[in-house]
Amino acid sequence: MMSSTLTKNHFELFSLPQRYVLERAELDARYRSMQRAVHPDRYASASDQERRISMQQATQINEAYDVLKDSLKRGRYLLELRGHVIEDRQSFHQDSAFLMQQMELRESLAGIREQDDPVQALERLAQTVRSQYRALESELAEVLDGGEDIEQAVTVVLRMQFLKRLQEEVQELEEDLEGELY
Amino acid sequence: MALLQISEPGQTTAPHQHRLAAGIDLGTTNSLVASVRSGTADTLPDNEGRHLLPSVVHYREGGGHRVGADAKARATHDPLNTIISVKRLMGRGLKDVKTLGSILPYEFVSGESAMPLIHTVAGDLSPVQVSADILEELRRRAENTLGGELTGVVITVPAYFDDAQRQATKDAGKLAGLNVLRLLNEPTAAAVAYGLDRGRDGVIAVYDLGGGTFDISILRLNQGVFEVMATAGDSALGGDDMDRLIALWMMEQAGMGDDINHSMQRRLLQQACAAKEKLTMCVDADLSLHLDNGMQWQGKLTRRKMDELIEPLVKKTLAPCRRALRDAGLSTADVKEIVMVGGSTRVPKVRTMVGGFFGRDPLLDIDPDKVVAIGAAIQADILAGNKPEDEMLLLDVIPLSLGIETMGGLSEKIIPRNTTIPVARAQEFTTFKDGQTALALHVVQGERELVDDCRSLARFELRDIPPMTAGAARIRVSYQVDADGLLSVTAQEQISGVQAHIEVKPSYGLTDKEVEIMLRNSLDHAQDDMQARQLREQQVEADRVLEALRAALREDGDKFLSGEERSAIDQAAEKLARLRNGDDHRAIRKAIEKLESVSTVYVDRRMNANIQKAMAGHAVDEFK
Repeated sequence: MMSSTLTKNHFELFSLPQRYVLERAELDARYRSMQRAVHPDRYASASDQERRISMQQATQINEAYDVLKDSLKRGRYLLELRGHVIEDRQSFHQDSAFLMQQMELRESLAGIREQDDPVQALERLAQTVRSQYRALESELAEVLDGGEDIEQAVTVVLRMQFLKRLQEEVQELEEDLEGELY
Repeated sequence: MALLQISEPGQTTAPHQHRLAAGIDLGTTNSLVASVRSGTADTLPDNEGRHLLPSVVHYREGGGHRVGADAKARATHDPLNTIISVKRLMGRGLKDVKTLGSILPYEFVSGESAMPLIHTVAGDLSPVQVSADILEELRRRAENTLGGELTGVVITVPAYFDDAQRQATKDAGKLAGLNVLRLLNEPTAAAVAYGLDRGRDGVIAVYDLGGGTFDISILRLNQGVFEVMATAGDSALGGDDMDRLIALWMMEQAGMGDDINHSMQRRLLQQACAAKEKLTMCVDADLSLHLDNGMQWQGKLTRRKMDELIEPLVKKTLAPCRRALRDAGLSTADVKEIVMVGGSTRVPKVRTMVGGFFGRDPLLDIDPDKVVAIGAAIQADILAGNKPEDEMLLLDVIPLSLGIETMGGLSEKIIPRNTTIPVARAQEFTTFKDGQTALALHVVQGERELVDDCRSLARFELRDIPPMTAGAARIRVSYQVDADGLLSVTAQEQISGVQAHIEVKPSYGLTDKEVEIMLRNSLDHAQDDMQARQLREQQVEADRVLEALRAALREDGDKFLSGEERSAIDQAAEKLARLRNGDDHRAIRKAIEKLESVSTVYVDRRMNANIQKAMAGHAVDEFK
């Protein structure tokens, strides 16, 4: 039993243009409105059929929201819509400058525990990674919404993926350090 | 189940009679039932004015059982037949059972899955059965007070409950003859009770320390929408464990060895619990125990000593708090309010440590024992259909990552923790032997890499895959987690379009068949025969479908349907209405299915229109 909303892509579902830059507040407001209309809670006492469709639609809206609200997922999705699928663990050939930068960051991360104040040092590293990530987001916006240079966009997305993994490792270390403190 | 009124065609609106709904807090130590009456949600007391029902069941020699305070009174005399804190056994195994001393609190017997049965004079009972007995008592209380049959209930569960624990709770509801509208997470229920009370938007943290479970949830309130941002906890940590620590100290002080008997176990825990409660108000509590050698032991527990004993436990609750904040991407400064839930949050040490962690005083004004039931009642009222215009919406999350066992005993995560539900993910598999017609999947829950470090949920056996050469089949497996947080798996071979038949073998639970047998054996249903029950079920569903359809057609049948589509629907509806009054439940089922198939396109169009309507309020100038 296919609901016709299932044929819409995430942007269409939210009635948003297929652009990278979007206003988060507007996305959130639309998400809430739509879930208010279709969420299973609205159909808890309805027929089995309506409950099934409600589940499908609410699930689809959650999926779309999950992708659209995350800058990396949104970037990947836009590329997908334009025919370019990026795998999670895709490797790439980057300019050595980027790779050098990443290696330095990783070395920093590995050496955090040796620092006098590991928590502070980690926070500084986290800040650095965050600002690099933001810079990539801006770059991606320019490329996707402006020039349409797919190859360049792919490069930026791959760099973001790289940084995202690093961010996850930073978070793990944050958790470990915290756990040791208490 | 109450039959709904079906309006006469021609009337402008379907008269909605007020449906009786209730919220149930099925707690480890105490349970409550609440309902919305005249616009206010309140807990319902028993004949003696007691709102709390101790979650204790005592089974009698010769059949029958009692629930509540009367049962609790039997705990020390008849420990093996007095089941307390059964919530701790729901969806759990023997390895999870905590003991005081070296012996287990009950006599356990193996069941079909790793969830053990409890041997009592009333037979070998599943924890699900015992919970059902508690729920049935609450159902009786509610129906007596409200004066009618309950249309549906919302039962709360700890947010950190995994799929097995949730399914066990839902099964218990079914056995108790309840229509479970929703399994609601306890912290979310508390947030509803507080949030609607305060009417202020922002981020709230709910710290819920119950008898046996701990949850921390971070929610964002925004104009009636409660969105859970992250949840964490420990489903085996609670006030009971404080009692245990105090009891261990008592054992040490009294020079007792490990080999205490069941009765002594209960007495120690009771004394410990009483002392803990007393120390909320006083700075010391007297203890006395009648030892097995005939001597009397006297002791005194000071608040300071108790604080010392329980501090590591309270500290343990702060780690999930940190994780939840991290997962939500927030710091303690972002949290506007902290809500304390659960009797154990009355302990001053808990309040001090939690207040210290968040850097603000927690909210204590709503009774921490009642707040969950009240929130559940509010939602039950809405889900039953009593408030069609209500804008409240609860967006909850899955608390633990769902994974699949892959080669080498690793868990491959398919749905990460804190994903908003309902959610679905899909994977594609293929066969590795020629002519292979079955596939087995092992689903686990947890954050660890190794399957053995995660919680085994169930084994799903996919059968009836059309035989092909190895590697040719494209089996798409869909994992759907619904609004109750329950997983269902479907699978379809893409090339042939054949739906696989799924057989579920829960690791810590009852199979559908077992539940069916228990339903048949339960006293209430002994009178009905299977036929009568099935007939009633189909008739209720038929009424629901017909009523919804008639109301919808009146509203927009002309707008969304062609003449042809409309007459197909009318025809099928007429046939169903006729068969509904007969006694052939299979025929009714078939007629429902027929009506559903011809009206799918209509239901679909209507529901899509709902989405369009929802979006109409937003500026649609996107094509600038």
